[in-house]
Parts: sequence; C-alpha cells; structure tokens
Amino acid sequence: MADHTDNNVKTPVLDVQELGIDFGGLTAVNDLNMQVYDGEIVGLIGPNGAGKTTVFNLLTKVYKPSRGRIIFDGKDTAGKSVVDINKAGIARTFQNIRLFGNLSVLDNVKTGFHNVTPYSPITAILRLPKYFTSEREIDEKARDLLKIMELDKFADYTASNLPYGAQRRLEIARALATNPKLLLLDEPAAGMNPQETSELMDMIRFVRDHFKIAILLIEHDMKLVMGICERITVLNYGMMLAQGTPEEIQSNPEVIKAYLGD
Amino acid sequence: MKEKTALFSLFGDKKKRGRFVSFAIVIAAYIIIEILLKSGSLSSLFKSLLVPITCYVVASIGLNLNVGISGELNLGQAGFMSVGAFCAICVSGILAGTVTAGIPRLIIAIICGAVLAGIFGFVIGIPVLKLQGDYLAIVTLAFGQIIKSIFMNTYIGFDSDGLHFSFVDSKFKLQPGGKMLLNGPMGATGTQKIANFTVGIILVLIALLIVYNLMFSRSGRAIMAARDNRIAAESVGIPISRTKMLAFVVSASLAGAAGGLYGLNYATLVPNKFDFNTSILILVYVVLGGLGNMTGTIISTVVLILLPELLRSLQDYRMLIYAVVLILIMLVTNNDWLKTKWKSLTSRKAKGGASNG
Repeated sequence: MADHTDNNVKTPVLDVQELGIDFGGLTAVNDLNMQVYDGEIVGLIGPNGAGKTTVFNLLTKVYKPSRGRIIFDGKDTAGKSVVDINKAGIARTFQNIRLFGNLSVLDNVKTGFHNVTPYSPITAILRLPKYFTSEREIDEKARDLLKIMELDKFADYTASNLPYGAQRRLEIARALATNPKLLLLDEPAAGMNPQETSELMDMIRFVRDHFKIAILLIEHDMKLVMGICERITVLNYGMMLAQGTPEEIQSNPEVIKAYLGD
Repeated sequence: MKEKTALFSLFGDKKKRGRFVSFAIVIAAYIIIEILLKSGSLSSLFKSLLVPITCYVVASIGLNLNVGISGELNLGQAGFMSVGAFCAICVSGILAGTVTAGIPRLIIAIICGAVLAGIFGFVIGIPVLKLQGDYLAIVTLAFGQIIKSIFMNTYIGFDSDGLHFSFVDSKFKLQPGGKMLLNGPMGATGTQKIANFTVGIILVLIALLIVYNLMFSRSGRAIMAARDNRIAAESVGIPISRTKMLAFVVSASLAGAAGGLYGLNYATLVPNKFDFNTSILILVYVVLGGLGNMTGTIISTVVLILLPELLRSLQDYRMLIYAVVLILIMLVTNNDWLKTKWKSLTSRKAKGGASNG
C-alpha cells in the first residue's frame, strides 16, 4: 500500500473543489471535493443514481458545472470544451459502450492518436513523406496498445462484432491512445464474468504502472474496487459520503447504511 | 489460384484491394473506349455521353464522401456543380484571348470552378455543420434552389473594358467584339467546347485518389469516427464540425470540378440543368452504388446514365422500365439469400488466401 502522507505535499493531478451541478431544480452533484494524485487508482462508488457518471461528465466538460472548480494539472479547466479537455490529458470510457462500430478494431485505436500524432489533410491527400512516418508510428503504437489490452488477435475485426468484454477493453485502449495523464473508467467490468474481471484488474494495474498515469474509476463490482483502488470516494445523492482507503470504507457505518439501508 | 493469391497479397488487405479495383476499372474502361473510338464503332449518341458520364462520376464520388463516409445528407450537389460550371465558363471565356490552347485553359477553368464551389461549401457549412441531424440536407436543398435562381438572373459580359456584371439585363452595353458569358435564364451561350474525355478520366482518377487518400488517413478516420459516434469522437479529441467541414468542402469542390468540365462540354448551358432532380439523381447513383463504396458508385453512375439512353427506343415506357430496373437492383442487392451466397463465396476465397499465404 502506498504511503499517502508524502502525496499530500505534492499537488494533485486532479483537484475538484466544491463542485456542483443543477438540472433545473434537481441538484445532481453538490459540494464535491476530491483529489487524485499521480499514479493513483481511485474508486468512485455509490448507489445507483448517486451522480457518479455525472461527475465524469463534469470532469470531461460534457456538462458545465453550476458551482465549484475543477483544477487539472495545476490549471483551472473552466471554459474548456470536451475536445480541449482531452487534449489537456483526460481520457474516458463510457458506461454504455461507445465505439466506432463500422471501423476496424485497429482503426478505433488509431482515432485515439488524432492529436498525438497530427498531420494535415493536405499531407494525407498528397501522400507526403510525413504521412508515411506518422502512419507507421500510429500503427506501431496502436498495435502495442492492442497487445496490452489483449486485443491483438481482433485487430482486423469490425468493432461492433467484438464480444462484450473485448469492446470494453477496446474503449480503454482507445482512451489510452490519446496519451492521457488521467484515465476515467466508467464501469469497466460491467457485463464481465469473474474470470474476465480479474484479468481486467491486472490490466488496469499494468496500465497504471506502464503509462504512469492516474486512474479514476466507477465500478459496482466491489471485489474489483476493493482489490485495486488505493483510495475510494463514496457518493450518495450527489454528495460525498465518505473518503478513504478500502479498509476504512468497508468499515464505515454511513457507507453500509447507504448501500444496505437501515 | 496461387498466382491470384500472390497478386492480391501485393495489394495488402481487403480495403486496399478495393482501391486497386476501382482504379483498374476506370483505366480499363478508358482503354476500351479509346480503342472503340479509334475503330469508329461508337455511335455518336454514346460519344456525346462520354464526358457527361465522367462529370457525374466525379460528382457522385464527391457526394459519396459526404453522404457515405461523413454520414451527412447533401441534397444540393447539383448546386455546387452549377457554381463550378458557370465559374469555369466565365474563366474560360475571359482567358479565351490570352490562353489560346484548349487544355491549359480547361484545367485552369476546372480548378477555378472547384475552388469557388469549395468556398461556397465552406460558407454554407459554417452555420450548418455545428448542428446535429438533417439540417445540412435542408440547407443544401435550399442552396440548390437559390443558386439556380441566382444564375437565372445573372448577366455577365466581357469586352475590351473588362468584366460587366448585372442582375438586370439592360444594365450594360458591350463594346464591339465583346460577348455575353452568362445570359440570365438562357444561361451560357456560345461557349467554346474545350472539354474532352481524357481530361474527364484524369479528373475521375484524381477524385478517386483524393477521396481514397483522405479515407485512409488521420482525417478519414476522424470523419468516420464522427459519423459512427459523435460523443466518443469528441472524447478522443476530434473536433466534430471542423472534421465534417473537411468532408463537405472536398465534396463540394469535386462537384465544382465536375461542373466545370460539364459546362465546357456544351456550347449552351441553362441554369435549369442543375435543378433539384439532378441533385437527387446524383444521390441515387451514390445510394445504389453503396454508401462509402467508390467502385459501386462509379458502376451505378455509368449504368444509370446509359440505361435511359439505351431504353430510348421504348419511348413512353422508358422511365417506367428505368424505375422497375431501379427497384429490381435494390431488391437483388438487398436479398439475404444472395448476400449470404456472395459472402460464402468471398470468404472461401479469403480463407484460401490465408492458408496459402
């Protein structure tokens, strides 16, 4: 277990301060404070409808926050667009899988390199030397990512024909291609069997160590959350209920009450 | 069988093979037609259709980029063709004194037509491509109608004083030796016919090259990603409206180039030629050829242009049979039984290739 006392001296890669959003009269998230440090795996859990995915949508600027600040990599993200936030270094996966269904598995990952290895449409049309060097680089990197996510044997499949678990892993590979500093995983183990889930846990750990990135994940599978997260934030009704190590969360009476009722 | 596999493996995967096939078809068609032309066995009707066919092929390849690859419906492709056509006619008329050789003048005129159509596409795309849904279809439909009306009321003359321009006929008197380039509803009259089939085929090859090179690149992946899943595309840092704009402008430019060639193939050209029906006709070529399928688009364009001409002897029943054939093609290409048969045929081929390679 990592020692977090020295982490507190460092500035966090993600610093969420008093974040809140209202949809009309409904407050979906309120007064949320949360930090994620470099190289950390943090869990975001809570009962259904607690506002977990809303937090992801706020972090990636799909929604504009009504209150509070999101500081990423030392900079306030106010006014940034979804595209900007990805360029700044936050990548995500989706709860309901969103792949480019008609593209091949390899091409799905290659789209992730859009801003990492850019070249102009003119370069592409005229097939200038830069096109070939860039494409070779993209191809190599994309195949490496497929290998890491154990998708290399599916490279030429159409993405929509993949088995469910592989689709989830492909989303992670595509997100990693954008070269993020922080990876947001929205229920990565949903629909996976215990065998696949335990493989996924190893993969997530490997990804963190290999790419030296921070990971924030939403998950309902407690075995996964308790197994790989170093810290956990619990949401209930859009408010933070508790924060701490897996052991602290498991023994927290408030959390048990929220999940099991009185 | 083995030689065949080796030949195919030269051209890599299936996508690249498809690319090779479409280039091969165009070049083969060109050689065959040139031979037939030399031997004099082509009817004058067929000869007169050669250049228009290449024009429509280029316009439909462009439209397929927009509709098939980018997934945005465009109902104004004929509008962009007319911009290209009348621009090219004017440029050719202005340069008639300075650039006397036909081919360089034709090339300059086509490029001008393509650029102007691209600019029109860009201006139309700015507000529309920020929106989701069928707005592009509505706006391009309107554009096609508006641009037709504008050309119906545009008078452009050229003489020793330079260019004269008016929306009212009697606004200007031309110096002796000057000529009217555009004549309102009568369109362009007395245009020098400098278009030829070889330039048309080269234009088709260039259009194919542009579209394919774009498809298999960073930009092409972005265009298809934005089509398949907008939200996911944004999440990996793809700017949606700029990406869709690229496909739309390239599509409009290709239509402009096609129009330029078309306009310089006739002595007279009326603005009414590029009406809504023409736009729909090009869309039919694209849909029947297969969205995103360039080879199919080329074949369907050629067949659907030749078909009504071949059926001319049937007089009144011509369009009836045309419609029946259209429906039959759609039924056959969507038949599940035929589809699985075709798939099993092609997959067996692929399997054989894999075991050999």
